[in-house]
Amino acid sequence: MIELWYSLIESLFPFPWAEFDFMKNALLAVLLVSPIFGILGTMVINNRMAFFSDAVGHAALTGIAIGVLLGCGDPLWVMLIFAAFLAGGITWARRRTKASADTVIGVFFATAVALGVVILSRQGGFNRYSGYLIGDLLSITPGELGLLAVVLLGVILFWLFLFNRLFLVSLNPAVARSRGVNVFQVELLFSILLAFIVTISIQWVGILIINSLLVLPAAAARNLAENMQRYHVLAVIISLAAGLTGLFLSYQWGTATGATIVLISFVLYLGTIAWKAVRPRQARRVPEMDAVKLNQKP
Amino acid sequence: MNPRRKPEKKCDLCCTRLERLEVTLNGNRLLYDVSLHIHCGELTGIVGPNGAGKSTLLKALVGEIPYGGTLSFLDAKGLRTGRPLVGYVPQRLDLDQGSPASVLDFCSACASGFPVWLGPYRRSRRRILKNLARFQADHLIHRRISELSGGELQRVLLACALDPVPDLLLLDEPSTGIDPRGLDIFYGTVSKLRQEHDLSIIMVSHDLDMISRYADRIVLLDKTILATGTPAEVFQSQIFLSLFGPRWTAEICHRQEAAGIIHHPRGQSND
Repeated sequence: MIELWYSLIESLFPFPWAEFDFMKNALLAVLLVSPIFGILGTMVINNRMAFFSDAVGHAALTGIAIGVLLGCGDPLWVMLIFAAFLAGGITWARRRTKASADTVIGVFFATAVALGVVILSRQGGFNRYSGYLIGDLLSITPGELGLLAVVLLGVILFWLFLFNRLFLVSLNPAVARSRGVNVFQVELLFSILLAFIVTISIQWVGILIINSLLVLPAAAARNLAENMQRYHVLAVIISLAAGLTGLFLSYQWGTATGATIVLISFVLYLGTIAWKAVRPRQARRVPEMDAVKLNQKP
Repeated sequence: MNPRRKPEKKCDLCCTRLERLEVTLNGNRLLYDVSLHIHCGELTGIVGPNGAGKSTLLKALVGEIPYGGTLSFLDAKGLRTGRPLVGYVPQRLDLDQGSPASVLDFCSACASGFPVWLGPYRRSRRRILKNLARFQADHLIHRRISELSGGELQRVLLACALDPVPDLLLLDEPSTGIDPRGLDIFYGTVSKLRQEHDLSIIMVSHDLDMISRYADRIVLLDKTILATGTPAEVFQSQIFLSLFGPRWTAEICHRQEAAGIIHHPRGQSND
């Protein structure tokens, strides 16, 4: 599989960078991760869960710490289980208590991070884990690429079967309920999916910036989209464009890939704001049409 | 998502029954001992002071918050019993400005399981247009929901809540933020639908004037049912006087006399 990809890239792009396997891996990683983040970001914003995903990202540190305590070689599984618990806990607490989501998340989030830092900094050894803060996309292995492909498939399946329910819940839980949607179940599944993806991606993207990757493409798409279809298409395109540009610029400049991608995303975001201001808006024409229609039937 | 039901002939027999409904959240008793029979074709108005549990009652009926007691629906022929099919029209949606959800997106998500992000499903699109047209909202179909005015949004929500035709339609403060013209369209259509589809409607409202004009029955609620009866009966009751003061009673009775509105028994038109 991976050899096929390598030879494809070498024949398509006869450039110096294509000689390195790590670049070919990273390119494939960007092609897999960008749609995941683009798609997920749309509902993260619509559900106002930006702070939630940020919290889960930071709490990955705690997952790592617990993995270290338990003496696991690869802390990913511990991180995933911990993230699922955290996501479930926040979702549950949000429905049970009257406190706003921000407060609930703030309480869980800071505590989890503190716990992680306390454990990891024992005997002054925190520096060993600082790689997780920035992440390294170029370190991705073919096996991890397979994992990413499975994750992308999972997101697409979730979006095919559960998207409408999630969408209704984000608009009004009671309306969703009256349509036979199990609100808590849908919220829980989405939170856990989100937590998994953030946790899996953390080692390549980094704790500090993962949330921007999730939020920026969708936020930019929101400036231009008039309906959900365009929102998704634009979010994925913007995410891919920023991912690819960021990867190559980081190669040229020798900078951290994830952070470079975020900067490009932000430039695109600014671009959508400018475009929105300049473009004659469709929506402005519509009210006039309404008026004409209403006059026709008094 | 629900199977579509054909509108049935007027029956007078089917009813939705609440028995000793109670809601307790975090140790607070929000509602207790609420028993009501709602016959089809009847519009029940729920009034009460702030914090009386009116919206809580609607949310319990939708199933969004857990409740004790029973809620059952009895079909005219006794064929279908169990939980009623509920249509719910909230006061507003939880959208922020600039959310890219269009009216068509919302209606499609209600009407079918076909994922909205793949674009509108062609087969439900015509039905959605027809539903919206009944409320003079078909021209809004491509607008973002967040850009609609209060009245436009109410009409869109109502159009979606009525497909499939529910056993019980719940309206939460439908008159908030609607101009007089929009109100007339809204209540006019609701009255018409009630007769066409033999709908049971429960409406929570602070607009005592409107509710006295359109409701067949008023329930005065403050954690439990304090009074129930025709608008004139309830608005003249002692307990209503003590909660809302004499001004309202006098005003409503005066207006009703002036407008010559007499409350017909259910089944006859008010118009």
